[in-house]
Amino acid sequence: MIEILATGPLCTVQDRGRRGWAHLGVGHSGAADQPAYALANRLVGNAIGAPALECTFGQLRFRVEDACFVATAGAPCPIDVDAGPPFAHQQPVALPAGAIVTLRAPTSGLRTYVAFRGGVAVAAEMGSGSTDILSGLGPPPLVVGQRLALGADPGTAVPTEIAPLLAPSTDPIALWPGPRRHWFNDDTAMLLTSTVYEVQPDSNRVGVRLRGPALAREFAGELPSEGLVEGAIQVPADGQLVVFLADHGTTGGYPVIAVVDPADLPRIAQARPGDRLSFRWLPHVVGRV
Amino acid sequence: MRLLPCGPTAVVIEVDSTDDAVRLGAWLRERRPDGLVDLVPAARTVLAQFESPAALARLERELQHYEPGTTTVATGRLVEIETVYNGDDLDEVAHALDVSVSELIEIHTGLTFIAAFSGFVPGFAYLTADHPLVRLPRRASPRPRVPQGSVAVAGGFAGVYPTASPGGWNLLGHTNAVMWDSGRPRPALIEPGDRVRFVAVQPAAQQATP
Repeated sequence: MIEILATGPLCTVQDRGRRGWAHLGVGHSGAADQPAYALANRLVGNAIGAPALECTFGQLRFRVEDACFVATAGAPCPIDVDAGPPFAHQQPVALPAGAIVTLRAPTSGLRTYVAFRGGVAVAAEMGSGSTDILSGLGPPPLVVGQRLALGADPGTAVPTEIAPLLAPSTDPIALWPGPRRHWFNDDTAMLLTSTVYEVQPDSNRVGVRLRGPALAREFAGELPSEGLVEGAIQVPADGQLVVFLADHGTTGGYPVIAVVDPADLPRIAQARPGDRLSFRWLPHVVGRV
Repeated sequence: MRLLPCGPTAVVIEVDSTDDAVRLGAWLRERRPDGLVDLVPAARTVLAQFESPAALARLERELQHYEPGTTTVATGRLVEIETVYNGDDLDEVAHALDVSVSELIEIHTGLTFIAAFSGFVPGFAYLTADHPLVRLPRRASPRPRVPQGSVAVAGGFAGVYPTASPGGWNLLGHTNAVMWDSGRPRPALIEPGDRVRFVAVQPAAQQATP
């Protein structure tokens, strides 16, 4: 068992999400930064799909009621430990019963994954323990005083080494053309990759809102709603971009000009309000832009 | 049929009508291409998401076997929705169609709808039928809260709100049917491809249907 003593702005349980239900209006959800979530699990010897905590902008505090292994990955937070050994980001640690762990605000990035050996035991809904803040599926966000059971020990070897921490990339984010790229002329497509966009505070797990020069469409017509993927960059009527994350709706009614390359999606998921992002079209599609 | 790019592992297939999208979605679902993650039929499109670029490339070859004219859609289940016709927009809709309220109820209960696709929230099925009632425009400004179970029409579709939510459709009535329950083997009462009929009931007679 662990007991939640502070949650920060938003702390949810996340895993690999729900697949195969999008035709009923159920989105994938799951950890917004999948590679970081997977790394946290790997550091404590869990299978990749074990539910872990996704902590938004740190400030999570919990007490472990029984001895357990813990590791963090994603946005690096300074970590304070009471009644237990100190440990660093991306370093698995064996905590004794009674240890209290505090994640302070991250020094960069937004979402930190906290994995416990055995995973957090939550009731799966449609095959996943993930909280979907749009549809309301999955367990509600964590609250202070809540106690969470941990799953059975996976019986794997416990890794003992720290994973190296890479400096965050500052390269422009790679884009594929989206299904409605042709609703925009070439000048607009170039504008998208020649300006800097600022992440807005009303961003969340559904989507990251950006402020920058408005992108104008070639057609004024209404787009009948169509299916969306994670990483889709939608251009609403006001021309300001929304990049969809894990909890996006399954369909949307504004044109999608581009799709973020999956390899760069974690950088969108880790962008904080005020961060600046720039984009580039992938080289093999340059000729079509 | 046009293939619109959607990143390295997905494609949006655009067709000419909602019927074509229903047909293509049903055909793809039946063929279950290798590596398919999700299939999202919509008003004019079907989004197909795959595990890998290689699986996506195989789909493009598979689509060469698709012949829209000869493909028939297996008829889905018939779902009946018991409805109390007491919606806030009943009079306005009757007026717009130049019929009485009882004639409007006869029209709505007389149609057999096809569930074309789902979206908006889990279990919200967009129902199509060929009638001016269904083609009424959305309300000028959406309501901040439409009650759970509201039976509504707008913009070419009919539907039932599975949960209370904002909404701009014209409200005809209300049902106690549970449109969505993720604990059921079939969480959505109406799935794409199903046929749907509305049955008028009196408020007292209405029962919660599983």
